[in-house]
Amino acid sequence: MGTNMQLTAKAQRREEKHFLPETLRLCASAVKFFGFAGLLLAATAANAALPIQHWQMENGARVYFVENHDLPLLDVSVEFPAGESRDDKSRPGVASMTQHLLTHGAGGMAEDEITRRLADIGAILGGSLDQDRAGLTLRTLSTERGKALEIMTSALQSPDFPEAVLQREKTRSIADLKEAMTQPAAIAGRAFNTLLYGTHPYGLSSTLEPDSIAALRREDVVDFYRAHYRADHAVVALIGDVTVAQAKEIAMQLTSGLSRAGKAPQPLPAVDMPKGEVRRIVHPAMQSHILVGQPGITRDDPDYFPLYVGNYVLGGGGFASRLMEEVRQKRGLVYSVYSYFLPMQQRGPFQIGLQTKREQADEALAVVQKTVREFVAKGPTADELKKAKQNMVGGFPLRIDSNGKILGYLSMIGFYQLPLTYLDDFSGKVEQVTAAQVRDAFSRRIQPDNMVTVVVGAD
Amino acid sequence: MQRKNTLIGGLFLLAAILPLSALADAQEFKLANGMRVIVKEDHRAPVVVSQVWYRVGSMDEVNGKTGVAHALEHMMFKGTKAVPAGEFSKQIAVAGGRENAFTNRDHTAYFEQLQKSKLELALRLESDRMHNLVLLPKEFAKEIKVVMEERRLRTEDKPQALVYETLMATAYQTHPYHHPVIGWMNDLENMTADDARDWYRQWYAPNNATLVVVGDVESKDVLKLAERYFGKIKPVALPPRKPQSEPEQRGIKRVTVKAPAKLPYLAMSYHAPALRDPDKDWEPYALAVLAGVLDGNASARLNQELVRRQQIANSVSAGYDLIARGPSMFMFDGAPAEGKNVVELEAAIRGQIEKLKQDGVTEEELQRVKAQVIAAQVYQRDSMFYQAMLIGEVVTAGLSLNTLETRLAKLKAVTAAQVQEVARKYLVDDRLTVAVLDPQPLDNAQPVKPAAGGRHGN
Repeated sequence: MGTNMQLTAKAQRREEKHFLPETLRLCASAVKFFGFAGLLLAATAANAALPIQHWQMENGARVYFVENHDLPLLDVSVEFPAGESRDDKSRPGVASMTQHLLTHGAGGMAEDEITRRLADIGAILGGSLDQDRAGLTLRTLSTERGKALEIMTSALQSPDFPEAVLQREKTRSIADLKEAMTQPAAIAGRAFNTLLYGTHPYGLSSTLEPDSIAALRREDVVDFYRAHYRADHAVVALIGDVTVAQAKEIAMQLTSGLSRAGKAPQPLPAVDMPKGEVRRIVHPAMQSHILVGQPGITRDDPDYFPLYVGNYVLGGGGFASRLMEEVRQKRGLVYSVYSYFLPMQQRGPFQIGLQTKREQADEALAVVQKTVREFVAKGPTADELKKAKQNMVGGFPLRIDSNGKILGYLSMIGFYQLPLTYLDDFSGKVEQVTAAQVRDAFSRRIQPDNMVTVVVGAD
Repeated sequence: MQRKNTLIGGLFLLAAILPLSALADAQEFKLANGMRVIVKEDHRAPVVVSQVWYRVGSMDEVNGKTGVAHALEHMMFKGTKAVPAGEFSKQIAVAGGRENAFTNRDHTAYFEQLQKSKLELALRLESDRMHNLVLLPKEFAKEIKVVMEERRLRTEDKPQALVYETLMATAYQTHPYHHPVIGWMNDLENMTADDARDWYRQWYAPNNATLVVVGDVESKDVLKLAERYFGKIKPVALPPRKPQSEPEQRGIKRVTVKAPAKLPYLAMSYHAPALRDPDKDWEPYALAVLAGVLDGNASARLNQELVRRQQIANSVSAGYDLIARGPSMFMFDGAPAEGKNVVELEAAIRGQIEKLKQDGVTEEELQRVKAQVIAAQVYQRDSMFYQAMLIGEVVTAGLSLNTLETRLAKLKAVTAAQVQEVARKYLVDDRLTVAVLDPQPLDNAQPVKPAAGGRHGN
C-alpha cells in the first residue's frame, strides 16, 4: 500500500463517491483485511472453480479472461510494472503523475472531450496505482464497449500529457500533499513507510515533497511513460459479456500500439530488514495514530499460507482476532485495531495499526506488543486455527461473487504470474496449514522486539 | 480507506442519481406481527446477504441522549442469554461470513454476508437479539469508550468532518438532523446502560423492522425461515414520532470552524424537500437531475468549470439526497485552489448557480445524466449488498418498494425547464448555510524523539 499522499488524497476523493453509511460498528479501514485486494486469497468451494482463459500475445502482453454473460457488462484492466516503486530517485512522484495524466488528454482528444464521451455512454474509466503496479480500469455496458474501449486505448497508447494540464495537476497534487501532511493518519503512514524501507524503491513514495512535484517536467513524464508502459509487460484482465474471440480482439486493440523499444525495467532489489526503532511525532490531534510492523512477505513467499492463516488469528480476523479481543473488547481502548500482511513483488509491509486517545497511547501499545509477543512465541491454539480455516474456506464464495471482485483476482494472478489454479488450490493449502507451521513461520519472520513503531500525536 | 468526510461529497451524491429499477422483481411479504420481509433473488453466485433494518435512527433521539441509537447498535453485539457477548460475530466468522451494522439519521441496520446455505444462522441470530438483548452495565462502560474513540477518529480529528457537523447544527435549528449521528461528546460521556436499554425496548420490535434478503435463495424458503425465527416475536406499541419540522429560515447563515489543517474548505447547504409521494412529486427528481448536471459524471459542470477551466477549486462537489425521513438539502463543498480562498470559491459556486437559473441546462447535459442513470442500473446489479441497501433505505424511509421503479421512470422524464425551476426556487440565499474551515498551523508537528532501537511502552 503506497503512502504517496498525493495519490492517497485522490483515492479518497474517489472513495467518497461510494454509498457509505454514516457511522458503523467497524470502519472500512479496520476491516481492510477482509476486503483487502492484496490479501484476497481465496479458497475453493465445490462450485468455485473460476474458468480463467489465459494467453500471451505476440507483443508479449499477457491476457486473463473470464467469460460471463449474466449482466450486459464488461470490466477491463490493463496494468504495468509502473507503480510508485518505479520512480526515479531524483524524480519522486513521476510514476503517479504519469498514471494520473493518462486520461487527461490523449490521441488528440482534450480532457473535456474524453470526459464527455465517457459520460455520454455512462462508462467509468479509472486508474489503479500501488507500489508495484499502475494502469487503467474500465467498466462499461457491453453494448457501449466499442466507444469506451476506443477511449481507453487512446489513453493507454497515445496520452498527450498536455503541458497546461500537467501544471494544473501539479498544483492540485501539491495542495493535496500539503493537506495530507497535516493529518495524523497520513503522517503516520509516511513515517512508517520510511522506517520500513529506507532507500529501497518501496521507500521512494515517502520522499515525495511539494518541491519534488513542482520540479516534475513534461519530459520526465513522457520518458517514464515510454520506459514503463510497454506491451511486453502489460497485463490485460477482462471479465464480462464478450466471447473469447471478442476478448482477443479487445486485448489486441488495447496493447498493439504500445511500445516495446528500449530497455525493459529491471527487477526490484530485495528488501533489507530495518533496525527496530520507535519514532514519536508531535501532533495536536486528540488521538495518537500508531503503526507497528516490519517488512513482511513477497507474493510467492514459501511462508505465505502459514503467515496468512496465522494473521487471521492475530489481527486479521476482525472480531475473531486476538488484537481486537485484547485492545478493544476487553479494554475499550480503540475503535479500530488490525494487522495484515500485504504481499508484494518484494516484501510488502506487515502492519499493525490502531488509534487511541493520546493519554492512553502507551497503554494500548503495550497491550499490542504483549499480544504479538505471545502469539509469535506460542502460535495459535488448535481451536483458533480450526476457526480461522473455517472462515477462510467457508467464506470463499463471497470472494468471487461479483465481476468487480473477479477482475481484481485476474489482474493480480496475471501481474504476479501466479498459477491459473491459484483460486482452486487455495482451500487445500489453507487446510494443510498446521499450528506448528504457523508458529515456526511467525517466529522466523516476525521479531516483536525489533519492529518499527510510529506514534503520531505523541506528547 | 479512511473517509475524510462522510456525507459531504459522499452519501448524497450517489443517492441523487442512482436508479433502482433493477429491483423490480423483489418480493415483499408481511408477517402477522407487522415485520416486513423483502426478498430479491439473485442467482449469479452461491451467496446471500441478509439485512435487518430498524426504522429508528439519530433523528428519533432527544436532547442529552444524542448518539444513543448508534451506541445501542454497538451493544447489539454484546450478548443475549443464548449468545454471549462477542459470540454473534464469532459464529458468523466460523460460518465463513462477514457481519457489521450501521446507524444513520433515519435508520439502524444489521447485516450478514454468507454462503447461501448459512442464511438460517443469520436469521436465528438476528431474531434472537431483536428481543433478547442483555445490556450489562459492565459491557456498556467499555463499549461507550470505544464509541468515544470512534468519535475522535471520525470527527474530532477530522477537520472537514467538524465542518460538516457544524454545518448541520447551524442549518437545522430545531429538526433533530441538527445532531450528529454519533452524538455530541458530552452526551456520550454521560450516557448510561439504562439509556441504551430504554432505546432498545422502545424501538426494537418486529413491527419497526424490515428484513431484506438478496441472494441465491428462493423467496418462499426465506419467508418460511423468517416466519420461523421472527414470527414469534411480539410487536410493541411504538412511541409517537413528533414531526419536529424545521421552521422557515430567515436569511443566510454563516459559521467558521478552526482546526489544524492546511487547505481551507467550504461547505454550503440549501434546504430542499425530500421525496414524499413518488408518483405525484416532481421537484425531488428535478433536484436529483440538477445534482447530476453539476457533479454526476466525469463531464459534469463543477469539475469542468471550477477545477479544470477556471482553476478556482482544488476539488468541488455537489449533491442532493432525495430519500430521507426528514427534510433534505442540496449541498456543495470544495477546497479552493492554491492562491484562491473560500470567498472566491463560494463566489464561483454561486456563479454556477446563477448561470443555471439564467440559462438552464442543455438537452445534451440532461441526456448525459440519464445515461448515468441507465448505466448505474446495470452496474449496481454486480453487488448484492448494494441492491439490498437500496431496498432497505427506500422502505425504511416510508416509501413503497415500487418507488424503486417509479423513480427511474421519473428521473428519465425530468425536463430542462423543471431543472431550471427547482434551481430558481431552492438555491436561494434565504435557504443557505455556509460553513468554512479556517485552517490552523501545526507548527510543532516534528519528531521529538527519533530515538533508535528498542521498543516502546514497557
